Amino acid sequence: MKRLLSIELQKIWMNRASRVLTVSYFVLLSSIALIASIKFDIGNFKFHLADMGIFNFPYIWHFNTYIASGFKLFLAVIIVSMMANEYSYGTLKQNLIDGMSKKEFITSKFLTVVLFAGISTLFVFVVSFILGLCFSSYTEADTIFMHMEYIPAYFLKLAGFFAMCLFAGILVKRSAFSLGFIILWYIVEKLAFLGIWYVTDKRETASQLISVLPLEAMSNLIKEPFTKLSIVRKAGSTLGVDDFGSSDVSLVTMLVVCFWIAFFVYFSYKILQKRDL
Amino acid sequence: MNRFKIKPNQVETILSIRNLDKKFGLIHAVKNVSFDIQKGNVYGILGPNGSGKSTTLGIVLNVVNRTGGDYSWFGGKLETHEALKKVGAIIERPNFYPYMSAVKNLELVCKIKGIPYSKVEEKLTLVGLMERKDSKFRTFSLGMKQRLAIASALLNDPEILILDEPTNGLDPQGIHQIRDIIRKIAAMGTTILLASHLLDEVEKVCSHVVVLRKGEMLYSGSVDGMSANEGFFELEASDMQNLKTAIESHQAVDKIKEENGRLTVYLKSHLEPEELNRYLFSKNIALSHLVFRKTSLEEQFLELTSKQNKS
Repeated sequence: MKRLLSIELQKIWMNRASRVLTVSYFVLLSSIALIASIKFDIGNFKFHLADMGIFNFPYIWHFNTYIASGFKLFLAVIIVSMMANEYSYGTLKQNLIDGMSKKEFITSKFLTVVLFAGISTLFVFVVSFILGLCFSSYTEADTIFMHMEYIPAYFLKLAGFFAMCLFAGILVKRSAFSLGFIILWYIVEKLAFLGIWYVTDKRETASQLISVLPLEAMSNLIKEPFTKLSIVRKAGSTLGVDDFGSSDVSLVTMLVVCFWIAFFVYFSYKILQKRDL
Repeated sequence: MNRFKIKPNQVETILSIRNLDKKFGLIHAVKNVSFDIQKGNVYGILGPNGSGKSTTLGIVLNVVNRTGGDYSWFGGKLETHEALKKVGAIIERPNFYPYMSAVKNLELVCKIKGIPYSKVEEKLTLVGLMERKDSKFRTFSLGMKQRLAIASALLNDPEILILDEPTNGLDPQGIHQIRDIIRKIAAMGTTILLASHLLDEVEKVCSHVVVLRKGEMLYSGSVDGMSANEGFFELEASDMQNLKTAIESHQAVDKIKEENGRLTVYLKSHLEPEELNRYLFSKNIALSHLVFRKTSLEEQFLELTSKQNKS
């Protein structure tokens, strides 16, 4: 396992473009902390984001993982291109000839995906923890570690998305087209939603049905956190909106995402096995 | 170790191919090919472009899936990808990571093969790339890329070195360098399998040859045995008519062709030029031109492939 990871990391780290992207990704992740310094003073109206309660435990777990998952596109580009490059350089063929099995090849890619997701998760955990300790109004241990499920959910969300990128890279062989494939798939999911809604005339049914699709399931893992803020709730009830839906992490969604990870990895292997290189 | 079990006389089979078959859709790329590779020999796979050489190699190297037949490495004791760690192979064009230096690329291959980095510098020296070891692969000329590929294939001191068209697209100097390296490696006793459409390349280095055409195996055996003929003479004398009658009556002669005022005489049994000369002299014929030639591989190859064409 260590051997496979070190092979893959050398491939990525030696590439300047990947290196720059990886570094910028982690810099951006830590820049979540900068949100704390958002302050507006417009006359009497004082807007200080850190005082709005977004850094309160346990809410911060939800808020930070949600914001951080937006940066996953940086790593997605690296993952897609690390796969597509193997085709265009002909090194996939060479790796196999040098004695790597197809299984090992996929394993090394998947381990890297998991490692990326893992480091990101650890990073977000540490950043949130420190931010929370600095700004949270409550710092009792049981409050701090309440609702920690957003952390594993974040991990799964990243691992799932990266596994999908890996699969797209292997299937399509070109990095730009692979990203195009994922965008296309996103549109397909949305169209499926509209289609089912149109046919059944029930919005609920439609969103339940498409929640088994990969991108939808991943996005359902961590739903938007803003409606949890008391200020948003107050504004909402003045406007007559009371139903904000649940934004908790659902175990079913987690299982669905796990299924898709297994699906993507298995079929990446199958495609590789069937193809003549 | 298994090798102690093998009796002294027994030759070790490195690769054995049986009835290998490959179809790409409608195209039948490899048809029922079988041969064995024995330790210590230098093999050539000979055939025009598109004859199935690279496909055959691709199958045994685990990058192309076979449609039928079977192959086994080292007597089937190892899984293919494990066996490939003891093989050095380069195919068509050199494939490396363009953004890595020569050394880093080779170190990556070491990681894949599971061997220490200690051989990297030695092999770079062997192929004459030591001065450029820290240059990025993409800055290399094609000749240098190909030499790096050879260094990479030799990293594990392989049991067999497989080369697919190693001089393709190189300039004369590059071709010369590559051939020198191959000769050096062959001299060290490494088994080599060389696929090429260049006959003189195969003729110069190989002891055994497999001839392919349109995926079919036309011949497999030693280079010398490829055509069993005894060679031929080219003869010229002032009195051609007399010469012809005299030659026709010699028992070692198979057939005669007359071309451009010369006789080409094919033999069915061995005949020394000296003996022939003496014989003709005794018949009162003096030759103005006498050349004895063994059929070249090229002629044998053309003969072999054209025979197949007619049938």
